[in-house]
Amino acid sequence: MKRQVPIMLAITASFLPVIAFFFPNAWINEWFNRKLDEWMVIIASFAFLLGIVSMVQVNLHKVRRRQKGWIFSVIILVSFAIMASCGLFGAQGERENGTLYPFTWIFQFIYAPMQATMFSLLAFYVASASYRAFRVKNMEASLLLIGALIIMFGRIPFGALIHPVVPDLAEWIMRFPNAAAQRGIIIGAALGAASMSIRVMVGIERPYLGKS
Amino acid sequence: MELQLPGIGEWVAAFLTLCAFSFLYKDNILYRFAESVFVGVSFGYYIGLAKINTLEPNLFRPLFGNFGEQWSLIVPFLLGVILYLRYIPKLAWVSNWSLAVYIGYYIGVNLLQRLQGEILPQAKGTMLPLNVGLWPTLCNLVVIIGVVTVLIYFFFSSPHKGVLKPTARIGIYFLMISFGASFGYTVMGRVSLLIGRLTFLVNDWARPLVHGAFGG
Repeated sequence: MKRQVPIMLAITASFLPVIAFFFPNAWINEWFNRKLDEWMVIIASFAFLLGIVSMVQVNLHKVRRRQKGWIFSVIILVSFAIMASCGLFGAQGERENGTLYPFTWIFQFIYAPMQATMFSLLAFYVASASYRAFRVKNMEASLLLIGALIIMFGRIPFGALIHPVVPDLAEWIMRFPNAAAQRGIIIGAALGAASMSIRVMVGIERPYLGKS
Repeated sequence: MELQLPGIGEWVAAFLTLCAFSFLYKDNILYRFAESVFVGVSFGYYIGLAKINTLEPNLFRPLFGNFGEQWSLIVPFLLGVILYLRYIPKLAWVSNWSLAVYIGYYIGVNLLQRLQGEILPQAKGTMLPLNVGLWPTLCNLVVIIGVVTVLIYFFFSSPHKGVLKPTARIGIYFLMISFGASFGYTVMGRVSLLIGRLTFLVNDWARPLVHGAFGG
């Protein structure tokens, strides 16, 4: 029961979309494709909530034990509780008088600005990483840096002021060498993922069993 | 143009933005505060999204509103609930059933997507004509050589010796140019976000504040 049932379930579930693909029939398509897609999104939501339960447990544990930085765990839990209750029990969007519901207000004035700020902080670290890359004197690092510089200057008006050919060169890099490398990466990764899928489908790999 | 004093929302956003930027000086309590608020709010936000966008319209409303036609939704509901059995040690193994169905289904979908949506179209896109005039032919040749050499670089089943060594080396050069392009785009994206935040601080918060305080 502990091993055989999940293996059978996984093998059966993995063949359903394949059957739906090779036997395009209205009933099969409805049950093996559309409904299962809907079901999986629902299961994914439950799984996501499971991750949140785990986050709450970890932070509660930190607070109970008064571990280093526990006060920040309190802040995480309080801000989580406020936002989650607004999301679970309140509406979203704008009221008739033009004011925002709490869920949307927090999104607009806390979540969105913080997300943009956190990502924008990376601009400074990327700048210092570029400086380090400048100092590495080998062919690979030089190509990386030259590619990056041409793309950056080619996509802003200043690039055309340096030389009119810079925007065209940036476009050429994107369309040919970059496309070629990306295509190689996509094909390589897809071949790897497809072979991994087949291993799971025939029961060689069993990631769903965990460590048991 | 009349400037309105910043509201409480702008004050909160400006305060948290400045707290986050304080990290550029060094790690400090204000940054840790803003970071913790962001982490907590993010989790709360995604709970709200899961309820508003998925669970309510796709599960609870149809299941409890029209059980006669939507009874089959009991299956994903039970599979979702079963996931939580991992908190009961004696029944934890049952939660693997949901995972097995979920992983299994997406493995099947993934296989089709990879084969039909990636490998075949990308391979087709690489089969380019080499008799279309000098410059287009050269460009097509760049693509063909790039794809083949990058694939050889990722071919780890045999050691990169003999002819494979220089070929894989060319593949690395193509990869470096591509990583450079991605790096360039990343830098531009981050700088654009930074400009956005600074514009907010100046135009939506500081300027109206100074204008309101000293008159204009």
